[in-house]
Amino acid sequence: MAPTVWIVRYLWLIPVLPLLAAGIGALLKQRRRGFAAAVAIAAIGLSFVLAMIAFAQLLLNPQRLFFNFPWVQFGFQWVKLGWMLDPLAAVMLVMVTFVALLIFVYSVAYMHHDENFTRFFCFLSLFAAAMLGVLIANSLLLLFMCWEVVGLTSYLLIGFWYERPAAAAAAKKAFITTRIGDLGLLLGMVWLYGQTGTLLFYDHGAGCMEQTALSALAGHVVGMAASTGIALLIFCGAVGKSGQLPLHVWLPDAMEGPTPVSALIHAATMVAAGVYLVARVYPLMSASPGGALQVVAWVGAATALFAALVAVTQDDIKRILAYSTVSQLGYMMIGLGVGSVAVGIFHLIAHAFFKALLFLGAGSVIHGCMGEQDIREMGGLRKWMPITFATYAVGMLALSGFPLFFSGFWSKDAILHAAYGWNISRVPFYLGSIGALLTAFYMTRQVCYVFFGRRRRDPAPEPIPPSEAAVSDPHDAAHESPAAMTVPLVLLGVMAVSLSFVGTPAWPWLQSFLEMRPASLDFKQLMEAGLPQLMVVSSLLVFAGLGLGWWIYGRRPIRHAADADALERMQPAVFRALHEGLYVDRLYALTIQRLAWFIAIASNWLERWIWGGLPWAVSAVTKGIGWIDFSLDRWVVNKGFDEGCNGVADGGRLLARLQDGRIQHYLRWVGAAVAALALFLLLGHRG
Amino acid sequence: MRLMNAPFLILAVVTLVGACAATMLRGLVHCALALAIAFAGIGALYLNLGAQFLGLAQLLVYVGAIAVLIVFVILLTRGADSESLSPAARPVAGIVVATAIFAILAWAVIHSSSILSSGQPAPQTTIRQLGAALMEGYVLPLEVIGLMLTAALIGAVIVAMKENGQ
Amino acid sequence: MTPLAGCLLVSSMLFAIGLAGALTRRNTILVLVGIELMLNAANLNFVAFWRYGPHSGAPTGMIFVLFSIGVAAAEAAVGLALILAVYRHTKTTDLSQLTGRRP
Repeated sequence: MAPTVWIVRYLWLIPVLPLLAAGIGALLKQRRRGFAAAVAIAAIGLSFVLAMIAFAQLLLNPQRLFFNFPWVQFGFQWVKLGWMLDPLAAVMLVMVTFVALLIFVYSVAYMHHDENFTRFFCFLSLFAAAMLGVLIANSLLLLFMCWEVVGLTSYLLIGFWYERPAAAAAAKKAFITTRIGDLGLLLGMVWLYGQTGTLLFYDHGAGCMEQTALSALAGHVVGMAASTGIALLIFCGAVGKSGQLPLHVWLPDAMEGPTPVSALIHAATMVAAGVYLVARVYPLMSASPGGALQVVAWVGAATALFAALVAVTQDDIKRILAYSTVSQLGYMMIGLGVGSVAVGIFHLIAHAFFKALLFLGAGSVIHGCMGEQDIREMGGLRKWMPITFATYAVGMLALSGFPLFFSGFWSKDAILHAAYGWNISRVPFYLGSIGALLTAFYMTRQVCYVFFGRRRRDPAPEPIPPSEAAVSDPHDAAHESPAAMTVPLVLLGVMAVSLSFVGTPAWPWLQSFLEMRPASLDFKQLMEAGLPQLMVVSSLLVFAGLGLGWWIYGRRPIRHAADADALERMQPAVFRALHEGLYVDRLYALTIQRLAWFIAIASNWLERWIWGGLPWAVSAVTKGIGWIDFSLDRWVVNKGFDEGCNGVADGGRLLARLQDGRIQHYLRWVGAAVAALALFLLLGHRG
Repeated sequence: MRLMNAPFLILAVVTLVGACAATMLRGLVHCALALAIAFAGIGALYLNLGAQFLGLAQLLVYVGAIAVLIVFVILLTRGADSESLSPAARPVAGIVVATAIFAILAWAVIHSSSILSSGQPAPQTTIRQLGAALMEGYVLPLEVIGLMLTAALIGAVIVAMKENGQ
Repeated sequence: MTPLAGCLLVSSMLFAIGLAGALTRRNTILVLVGIELMLNAANLNFVAFWRYGPHSGAPTGMIFVLFSIGVAAAEAAVGLALILAVYRHTKTTDLSQLTGRRP
């Protein structure tokens, strides 16, 4: 059915425009930087405009619109693909295109000194295209295809500086770890298709997220209900992509990529794709009687606390933010698990803005410190980089959930409120609360290390590692970053603050929009059951965290870079364990990596000796036959021929002696012949 | 032996001895002279057999011309090798062949001697008859041999002529 | 032994001697000498048959010998002229050196 609304019919333009920009960028020479950047920014800008139009369309008339088309035919069945526009997709589209646009502009300045500037923008555009494709997909198959391209571009961008072994290894780790999750997603997809016969989400009642399919799935029981099994498998994909607990190991290492990559992919968009996936298949998840959502909530809670603990002990400015991202993704999963789509997505949107802000701010700090990423080497930067400091502070407060004015407060509060009211268990609520405290704590620690205290860096320039030389300016002193970097920071800061006002319980506009209900401004809703007490408790937690952080790190900042962390001095063993991420990486290296290594060696042996042995044997036989032929030819045929020729030559030489030019010899022969002839004649005559 | 009269025997021996000498002597001139004796002997044999004209013709041509010619040539080619040349490196083979031929011929003759008749009177062929035969029956060979002799004459002269610059 | 047989034996012996001489001597002139002897032996053969042969009376044998003598004369003249020419060219009459092969 062709939709009447033109924006839905042309919704496919939103991902295709950046795809075209990527295609053009792939063909450009490295020299044409300005053109490459302009094409990419223009494409994403246009996509942003289209996304705003789609959003506006839905503001006027909230509904779910979609457009399906048949793609390939299997026998009698058609596999269909399609795209859709509903409030969830619209909100995500606006967020992704806006953040992407800001980060593209930021990258122009950040990657200015890099020689692979054009390639960077090509990959960024490709990523944007794939991510937008994930958002508008109406078919699980289309979503999966774009999901895979997102993973590919993540690999390309993490390993952008591929000459560095650490970056190449991190890219590989990211890809393989998410692949494990994607395997679960693929299995779930196949099972779903087998059970329902369609992969379209919404198809006038025939889609797999619609009632008939869902009841069929819930009824079909194979140990557990089919819908639970499928939901859990699909959640595996989300676990991989969003870095939940067993598969989180790739995210901290992914910080090897350039900072805009970290901001775009690993803070705002790609990691959010997992959360979006869960939101997309939420009807399936909530319909499962086995409690797939419970698993989601528990995994999220464990992740949230674990990552917050580890983040407290990190020294790299980006790794702190990476672990923070893992932790916040855990919160989103809690929100989805215990509450509803709106709760989780609200935190997702808010987190996208302030985490992108924090990453870009970190990038600005790194740029200004000429490539230095260790926070112990920094200090007192608020004097040199005021704009960066101001925006970073806004982001930090938003992340910590500072009350009332910052979006993080309202979104986290919504999650905690839903967790408090979860009828299965209160443990996620407690874990989430401790996590909130820790969040405030480690962010304060980071800010104190970086911006306060005395300048710890040696004023004389140190030799810059070659990867960072591409990023940093050849200036001696730490300096504020150019406008192309600070303007996006300011814009994101504004969004981080203003978003708070669309999600408060007093006017739950975003949640209502997502659930397609009308929203009303009603301050009485603030007084809902338990809500004010919760707001007070969470505010207290935030203040406690901030205060604790200030007390330990702000009052007595460390003097020198080599000084030990205050916490480390208190509890060295615990600190060390947390610093190593509770040794999860080491565990994986010992078990799974060893296993994969053995399998690889065994396969190699098989390949070389058994499968390779067969052609080798055939070739050896052929070579043997060839050798026999050759020998025969050489010793029998050639030799025989040579001997024959020699014989003929000898015979000729012998006969030549008859013709020696001596007449008397000829005469002699004639005489002998005459005698013989006469003899024969006489004898014959006689007889 | 009664049928072979004594002159025939003597002449035969002389001829044969002359022939042997002609082929076996070391000195070339001696060979030529012995050859002349052999020719003479053969002429005498012709006379003995009743062919008068032939015998005299033989003496005239062979002894008078050919033997002399041979002596001339020997003398003309004396410069290079004054000494007579020794026989060829391996004379045995030639002698064996010659002996074989003689043996075969002799055997043929002896074997068929019974068939051969003899004791007939000698034919009387006068010169007139010879001339008539030449002019009538054998006129063609006569003319041809005249041509041939002319050609040989001219040819010999040309071949032996000193070339310019030589 | 009939007279014919005797004559034939003599001519055979003469022929053999001539052949031996032609085959064994190194000097070209002596080869010619041998050839002349062989020719003479053949002539003797003819005359013997003319005298003692079956068809006595016809002058065929004599005529033949006459022509043979003529031919022999011509041949001897030409042959000796050839020997002279060769001698002038190669300064030798040694048959073993006149093989016609290039050295």
